[in-house]
Amino acid sequence: MTMLVTASRMLVGLFVDDGALALSIIVILLLASIIANLMPDMPLAAGAVLLVGSLGVLFANTVKAAQR
Amino acid sequence: MNWASAPAVTTAFLSSLVEAVEALTIVLAVALVRGWRPAGIGAFLGLVLLAFIVLAVGPLLDRIPLHLLQLVIGVLLLLFGMRWLRKAILRAAGIIALHDEAIAFTAQTEELREQAGRHETRLDWLAGLASFKAVVLEGLEVVFIVIAVGAGEGLLGAASLGALAACLLVVALGFILHRPLTRVPENSLKFAVGAMLSAFGVFWIGEGLNVPWPGEDIAIPVFAASFLLVALSAVVLTRTRAENLT
Repeated sequence: MTMLVTASRMLVGLFVDDGALALSIIVILLLASIIANLMPDMPLAAGAVLLVGSLGVLFANTVKAAQR
Repeated sequence: MNWASAPAVTTAFLSSLVEAVEALTIVLAVALVRGWRPAGIGAFLGLVLLAFIVLAVGPLLDRIPLHLLQLVIGVLLLLFGMRWLRKAILRAAGIIALHDEAIAFTAQTEELREQAGRHETRLDWLAGLASFKAVVLEGLEVVFIVIAVGAGEGLLGAASLGALAACLLVVALGFILHRPLTRVPENSLKFAVGAMLSAFGVFWIGEGLNVPWPGEDIAIPVFAASFLLVALSAVVLTRTRAENLT
């Protein structure tokens, strides 16, 4: 059981270091997929939200982390 | 192999270089304390486990619908890449310490020597385990990156070659030098790889959401450049703020 928990933690740790960053990325993804579903005629809108959102999240997260 | 596979091969090569250097540091520390036998056996068994994971996961990928595969891999790549970029930014800005192979090597050597005092009889086993763990932990990241950048467009073979070349290069240098590769600019590599992985992530998620990226595959290096630009801007801003505070 302990080994399983350790392995799971290790696996999650591969992708998640900072919970706030991971959560923000998920929010951007959800937003992009909602836009993709609501506006199928403008598929690039979802792509723009995804790209700009990810860049913005990275910038904001690191600047905030530096302030802490 | 053609030019379209260049981003996947480069990303696999550079990321494997970073991970292989980290694994080599631990394996060398084990070899220094207990000799090459436990270090080599541990590393070999680690490679066998990684090969088993690749052989087990590889065929499963063909059974997953392409759009779902692109979405899942894209999300994981974005999380993984942004994690690397965040760490590289904070290290470059001086917020967290740079990863130092010499320090990691000394720490691992001391830990093994401490273990030697406590469990003399089991030391070969413990040393082999340390070597095995290092290869598996760092190797898992390499396996993930190779599968992630290669699976979507049938570039698994090309990405694997890139990763293999990096690992062989690091192993050869390790054998020649017999010390950790401290001069590898690890944080700069992390910037480059983090930007590429994040770019692949955004690209694959977009493909999964039916986004017709302008220029198709050409969009990946453009996205990577954007991530790099934002990351470098964040470094400049955080450094300036930190300097103003002191």
